[in-house]
This record gives sequence, C-alpha cells and structure tokens, in this order.
Amino acid sequence: MRSVSAIILQRLGLGALTLVVVSLVIFCAVEMLPGDFAEAILGQGATPESVAAIREQLGLDKPVVQRYFSWLTSALQGDFGVSFARLNFATNFGTSTNTHQITVADQLAPRFMNTLFLAAVAACIAVPVSLAIGILAALYRNSIFDRVANVFTLTSISSPEFFVAYILILFLAVLNPLLPSLSNIYETMDFAERLKATLLPALVLTLVVTAHMMRMTRAAIINLLASPYIEMARLKGLSPLRVILFHALPNALAPIINVIALNLAYLVTGVVIVEVVFVYPGVGQLFVDSVKIRDMPLVQACCLIFAAAYVLLNLLADIMSIISNPRLRHPK
Amino acid sequence: MIGSLLRGSLIAVVLYVVAISLPVLSEGGLSGWWQAANEVRLLKWAYWIAIVIAVAMAASWVFRELLRRTMPEFIAKPMRQAPLTAAFGIMIILAYIVVAVGAPVIAPFGEAEIFEKINVLPGGDAELGGDPDHFLGTDQIGRDITSRLIYGARNTVGIAFLTTVLSFILGVTLGFLAATLGGWIDQLFSRSIDVLMAIPQLIFALLLMTIASEWSYRSGISLTWFMIFIIAVLDSTRVFRLARAVGLNIVVMDYIEAAKVRGETLIHIVFREILPNAVAPLLAEFGLRFCFVFLTIASLSFLGIGIQPPLADWGTMVRDLSQFINFAAYDPLTAALPLMAAGAIALLTVAVNFVVDWMLQNTSGLKE
Repeated sequence: MRSVSAIILQRLGLGALTLVVVSLVIFCAVEMLPGDFAEAILGQGATPESVAAIREQLGLDKPVVQRYFSWLTSALQGDFGVSFARLNFATNFGTSTNTHQITVADQLAPRFMNTLFLAAVAACIAVPVSLAIGILAALYRNSIFDRVANVFTLTSISSPEFFVAYILILFLAVLNPLLPSLSNIYETMDFAERLKATLLPALVLTLVVTAHMMRMTRAAIINLLASPYIEMARLKGLSPLRVILFHALPNALAPIINVIALNLAYLVTGVVIVEVVFVYPGVGQLFVDSVKIRDMPLVQACCLIFAAAYVLLNLLADIMSIISNPRLRHPK
Repeated sequence: MIGSLLRGSLIAVVLYVVAISLPVLSEGGLSGWWQAANEVRLLKWAYWIAIVIAVAMAASWVFRELLRRTMPEFIAKPMRQAPLTAAFGIMIILAYIVVAVGAPVIAPFGEAEIFEKINVLPGGDAELGGDPDHFLGTDQIGRDITSRLIYGARNTVGIAFLTTVLSFILGVTLGFLAATLGGWIDQLFSRSIDVLMAIPQLIFALLLMTIASEWSYRSGISLTWFMIFIIAVLDSTRVFRLARAVGLNIVVMDYIEAAKVRGETLIHIVFREILPNAVAPLLAEFGLRFCFVFLTIASLSFLGIGIQPPLADWGTMVRDLSQFINFAAYDPLTAALPLMAAGAIALLTVAVNFVVDWMLQNTSGLKE
C-alpha cells in the first residue's frame, strides 16, 4: 500500500527523467550534424581565424559531455544562446558594444505567449463542444445524429490540418469576409482585436481536436453504459439524460480528463502547421523557418519547448487519472 | 425511431447555428448574425453539399451492387454485409491505384515538363487567359497543373506506401524479436522506443530533417530519401508497440513451444510461426499507419521540407498554389486549385479510414 502522494512523486520523478533523456536526444541529434557549427555560422565568409574564434566563443573545443551539461544548465536558466543568423550578422559586420545581443530567448518569449494564447482559445472552444457532442452521441447511439457525427469526425480526423484551414479560409475569410485570413498580431492589440485575429486558426485547431475528443468521450461513456449499475438505474425508470449525467458521467470523468489532456498534448503538434498557414507569429512558425535555414540553436530551443510541453501534458494526464480513479492506485 | 431522428436533427441544427454564430455574435449582436447568415448563403451550400453526398452514396451503392453480382464468391460474400461507407472507401482506393499506376498514360504531359507560358489560368478559355492544352492552367514556372495533380497520386501515395512498408518491416521484426527473446533485449528495445515516443512525432521529424538537409546538401543524395527513412523509423515505434503486444500473446502458444523444441531457428519462429498468426491485426494497423504516414509526409511537404522538386507532390502543390484561394469571389476554378490537391490527400485518408473502420468492426465483433 502506497499513498497517493508517493505515487505522484514517483510519476513526477519519471517525468523529470523523461525530460532529461529528451534533452539528451535533442543534443545528440545536433551532434550528428556533419562538419562544424562554426563553419555553418560563418557560411561563405569563413576564414580559418574567424572559425577558430567562433569555436572558442561557443566552447566547441571542449569535450562532448562537458558541452552537454553546460548547454543543459544554461537552457534550464532560459539561456539558449544566440541564433546563427544573429551570430553570423554579428561576426561579419561587428556589433557595437552598447547594443544588447538579441538571444534566442528574446526571440522566443513573445512568440511563446502568442502560441499559448492560440492554444488556450482553441481549448476553450473545443473542450465543451466535444464533450457535449460526445455525450449526445453516446446518448442517441446509432441514431442519425450519431452517424452524422461519426462520419463528420472521421472526415476531419483524416483531413490534413492545412486542408481544414484552407476550407475555413475559403468560407469564413474569402467568400464571406467575417474574419481575417492572416493573423496579424502585434503587441499593442487589445484583447478583442487579438481574439478576432486568433479565432480562425483556433477554429481549425478546434475542428481537428474536437473529432478526437468527441470519439474518445463517446467510447468512454458507451463503455460505462454496459455496466450493471447503469442497467439498474435504467430499470428503476430514470430518464436517459439523468442516467448519463448523474450515474455514468462521474465515473467517466477519469477517462475524459485523460482524453482532454492527451488532446491538448496533440494541439502542440497541430499548432505548427496552423501557424504556418495563417502566418501566426508563434513558436511553431519560428520553428519551421529555422528548420529551413538550419539555424541549430533556434531549432534546439523550439524542439525542447514543444517536447517539454508534450511530456508535461502527458504527465498531467497520468497524474489526473490516478487521482480521479482509485483503482489505478492499487495495481494488481 | 422517428422521435430520435427528430431530436438528433434538431440538436445538429442547434449545434450548427451555434458554431456559425460564435465568431459573429462577438461583433454585431443578433442582427449581425442574421446578416451573416444571409451572406453565407447557407441554403445554397447546403444544397450543393447534399448533392455531392447523394452522388457519392449512389456511386458507392452501384459499385457495391456491381461487386456483389459480378465478382467471384470470396469478394462478393463480404460485400453483402459491407456498409456503404466501406464500399465508398474501396471504390476510392481502387481509383487512386489506377491513377497512380497509369499516371504516364493518363497525364497529358510529363510531371517536370516546363512550358513557355507561365501562370496560365485554368478553364481553357483563351479569351480569359486560359489555354485549351492546359485545362487547369500552368504553375509559376510553367508546368502543367493537371499532369502534376495526376503524377502527385503516384509520388505522394507511392512514397507514403513505401515508407509505411519500411516502417512495418522494421517495427514488426523488432517487435516480434522483443516478444520472442524477452529479457534484456526486450527491455533495451522497449525503453529506447519509449524515448523516441516521448517527443511528438512531427517535432522530432522536423529536428531530424534539419540535420538530414545538411547531410543531403553535402552528400548530394536527395532529401526525399532521408525523409522516407526518418519517417519510417519514427513511425515504426508505434508498429513495434503493437507487434510486441500481439507477439506476446502468440509466443505463449503451444505450437511456438513445439517449434522451439524442434530446434527451429529464430528467423523461422518469427516469420513462419508468429507472423502468419498476427496478420489480421497488423493489416488493420497498416491502414491506420498508412494514413498517419501519408498525412505526416504531406504536412512536411506543405512546410517545404518533405518531398523535393522536381517530383510532383500534393503537399508542395497546396503550398505553392495557396495564394490563389483569395480569388475565390472572381474565379472559383482558380481558387479551387489548392483545395484540389489538399482534397486529394483528405479523400484518400477518409477512404482508407472507412475501410479500416469496417475491417476492425468485422474482426472485433463490435456489432451490437
């Protein structure tokens, strides 16, 4: 017999271990790059002297293990170094000493907030809508509503995000100019304007995530409806709605919470494509741009952020389901 | 029956109205919503959507009847129980295979053939800037869009298929080995797969593609090959999980014990004893994995780091043609170009999903 807190502590420890391993994988992947960071930074203008200077500046002459730990410790403090593009500019043209060198963290911070905002708006719409549709589909199982919802969700799961995005752009931005098709976000925007600019990408994410969540909710509730105590409630003569809301739902809460957290983790990946379609100034777009120009510090930092969000949300799902379902605390 | 139908449709209508009014209510209140509903021309679109669905249903019904009556018994028998969605899926998959295999015959021009006239408008009307030779027009460097759409079936679907096969060879072999050998090999495989799965797939793929593009730049090997390999490895993690789980159930069977006692080699046990008994679940998984790989590759190509030119590919086409969507009010056909490529991707995944859904329901006996 172990207490809940001990189990949660163990999961947290496992989560931390996962994060360390993930950071190791990301670091090792970059080590597989052919050639040298320094040459990559300088590009065409590489002279032996400048290459040596950059190598020393970045600490590339030190052994791998030492470099990993110094990279990890500075990353934990929010210091991801300076992007290649900025370094290249700085070494080739020189920087005046009084200007602040723009670091990766400086580039990421505002974009990170934008991405969080987009994900939050999407989640606010998606969670209630998909729960409602899922419960209704379970309630009116095999009715025409259930079938339509099934085909609709299967279709939207199967479509690539950009297809959904362009369809929505076509109908809500081009044919009926209700919302802007490009998300122009700047710092001085007030909340309503920002919401309006974010709404279309958020709707795309909603559509993609809703399908998953709704299907999982439906499956969880239908699973429960087969159990004897529901049969009992029905035989007592309770209305179907009451059976679902007061008898099935409390027990379905654990799987549903799990579903929500897993789908929020899924949003992390979906965000990349949607941000590119709508030119939304978030982390995902920066990520894709830096992948294209092979800007390793930026790629590493973005990758670490996305992976950390993913791991943490999965961890959250794990812990929430342990708390809400006592059976999981006593593994047989 | 009629009651639930009424209630169901009522709920659907209410949900639809809520979904539509959500963005508008924030601005103009109720009168704004009414105005918007008129602008969206709800009825017109509902009419067209209904027609498309009706045509698709009719076509798949005819196709199913055709299969039931003309095909030999081993095809006709399962078709008698198949739902319309499954028949629709099979019909679409067959059509894609025909287009992919016959691309050089069907397409009017080569996929990389460049013509003098660039940006020819679709429609084929010379007075409006079209060209009867190029019905869907040409792209920004003068390649025939019709031909590229047709060759896209061959490249996009073919590459996704190849990647899925690779990922299955890798995942199934490792998964069965882990299940048969057990012990530290199982632990080693499973834990390294766990690490790979801890990073979201698309994010990991993007990281590896960055490194691969540097390698490809130096070695001169096309980035497409690197992508096939990377996606296959990343996707084999999911296959490994399933193959190991299925394998564990088979390994405890008596006939495996007998084979071991007979002194059969490991290769014989994995491929001749375990594999034939795991085909059914693996086949359904193959359909699902194919969809996933197909969408991942299309997404990477859409982002510009997937399938590389001169290969014609739908993901890249969507990206290149996406700006045309802004002309929708003036020239619907032009605006439809990016949607055709994206729709081709969506249609195939929907079709595969329909068929897999039916197969899963058949094998698991989920029928109520």
